[in-house]
Amino acid sequence: MTTHVLNGHVLTDSWTMTRRGLTHWARHPVRVVVGLAFPVMMLVMFAYFLGGGMDVPDYREYLVPGILTLTMAFGLEGTMVALTQDLNKGVIDRFRSMPMAPSAVLVGRSLVDMLESVLSVLVLLVVGLAIGWRWHGGAGEALAAVGLLLLLRFALLWVGIYLGMVAGKPELVQAVQILVWPVAFLSNAFTSPDTMPGWLGTVAEWNPMSATAAAVRELFANPSWSGGGSWVTEHAVLMATVWPVALLAVFFPLAVRRYRALGA
Amino acid sequence: MTHADHAIVVEDLRKEYGTTPALDGLRLTVPRATVQGVLGPNGAGKTTLVRVLATLLRPGGGRAEVAGLDVVRDADAVRARIGLLGQHAAVDEELSGRQNLELFGRLYHLGGRRAASRAGELLERFGLADTGRKPVTAYSGGMRRRLDLAASLIMEPEVLFLDEPTTGLDPRGRTEVWEAVRGLVGGGTTVLLTTQYLEEADQLADAVAVVDHGRVVAEGTPDQLKAGLGADRVDVVVRDPARLAEAAAAVGGAAGAGTAARAGTGTAADPGGVTVDRDRRLVSAPVRDRMAALTATVRALDAAGIRAEDIALRRPTLDEVFLHLTGDATRNARTTDTTGMPEATTDGAAV
Repeated sequence: MTTHVLNGHVLTDSWTMTRRGLTHWARHPVRVVVGLAFPVMMLVMFAYFLGGGMDVPDYREYLVPGILTLTMAFGLEGTMVALTQDLNKGVIDRFRSMPMAPSAVLVGRSLVDMLESVLSVLVLLVVGLAIGWRWHGGAGEALAAVGLLLLLRFALLWVGIYLGMVAGKPELVQAVQILVWPVAFLSNAFTSPDTMPGWLGTVAEWNPMSATAAAVRELFANPSWSGGGSWVTEHAVLMATVWPVALLAVFFPLAVRRYRALGA
Repeated sequence: MTHADHAIVVEDLRKEYGTTPALDGLRLTVPRATVQGVLGPNGAGKTTLVRVLATLLRPGGGRAEVAGLDVVRDADAVRARIGLLGQHAAVDEELSGRQNLELFGRLYHLGGRRAASRAGELLERFGLADTGRKPVTAYSGGMRRRLDLAASLIMEPEVLFLDEPTTGLDPRGRTEVWEAVRGLVGGGTTVLLTTQYLEEADQLADAVAVVDHGRVVAEGTPDQLKAGLGADRVDVVVRDPARLAEAAAAVGGAAGAGTAARAGTGTAADPGGVTVDRDRRLVSAPVRDRMAALTATVRALDAAGIRAEDIALRRPTLDEVFLHLTGDATRNARTTDTTGMPEATTDGAAV
């Protein structure tokens, strides 16, 4: 199949596909609000229900970067579901039978999901400010923190696109939706890996999510609640860049190859 | 005829999934502005054929041209000239009908304004203009299929592929789709239609290719194909199994088959003649004139003093078509979905 990645319509077609996603938002405002409210609910729950039991000063300052990172990770399932549905309903077949830029389907998907994540981050930051979280660093560092969050989301987006195409069936999507939880909690999002049993703590420290959360804390100058000393925690910003780039290096080509292989 | 007169040319097309051949040297030519039916059971290779012709699937071997263009080398150009109606209604269910057609129109690079006006025309033409902002999820099966068809026609394609367009639709939805397809044919579009239903091919197609095991096993007009089948059949369930042979002679004579009865123990026998199924006490014979045959059968049984528990007229099943065309008696076990078309006539009319 002649699959011209650049067939002259990439930009217009990608924009059309992005608009399709935005139209979905406009038709289901409640779903968008629920999607944005879910991490806010997590934030409030952990801050008020569990926060009191956390033996750390300024737990909310610790928590907000954790929830921000968690939200980026949870975005994966949305990407996956959207792609699986398009595949199963035959919509992608229709797109592929049309003289449009083949890449626009995936580019549009990622633009819509990134827009949603930007909104999510903004909402969480506003709610964070409302419940007493503050950043103490400079504006540039704050922007860098948001940048690292979105970089993680972008990497996981392509993991989601790949898994969505591999999984295919809704049941497998559900399995991933459940598995996201232990993976997300086996990190420093809510508590320091120092508090976990030995080897679990090490796994949690090396979790890509921990890297991003730790880097965001560092850039926002929020407390890190760590005895320090371990290499990963000392190089959080570096790891928060390396991990997503590594994930992208693996999953972006896998996803693109898988999409092309729909015609094999 | 040269290739220029053909909308579709398929030569020795092959495609394998693992080691299973889905297309095994399929050949087919379809003249422009005709409706070509592709008839076959599940797994015959119909959908694979459509997917290759619609540039969704790379063939393993052979060659296919659509609108004079090679489906592999000139895939983009082919895409600009075809419409595809797949097995599922491939529309965005969360959008309204209008939003769907505008989306696809933009992706065909019509530009916003033309995409909108084209969407309006097509909604009007397919009786969907009053669906307003309703999402497709609120549509009936027939409405969804019509929207799907409208989306396939945005560019007034030279060649339209319909892959089992009425599978899963109720009789009303089916009629709606049939009417829509008939409306297209006048406009010079070439249609390739796959179906499991003999009746559907009969209703819509100018020519039918019967496909099995990835190959064309028979070609002809629907009438030519049916003529070889003795068309409809009359089934009689006899009360007394001892009189089955007598009943077979009576029914065969009355139905006008003129073929000697052949007793058998299974359901399979020469479909052109009278069959006897001892287990079900069933005699089945092909008929020429449905109503006359029914009356004659009742009279003949009555005259012979044979009591019938049930008499019914029915269309030949796809099994019988295949049995006739391929003489492959093992197929009975394979296809469970046979004609599948609900009978609007005297099916099951007990006497």
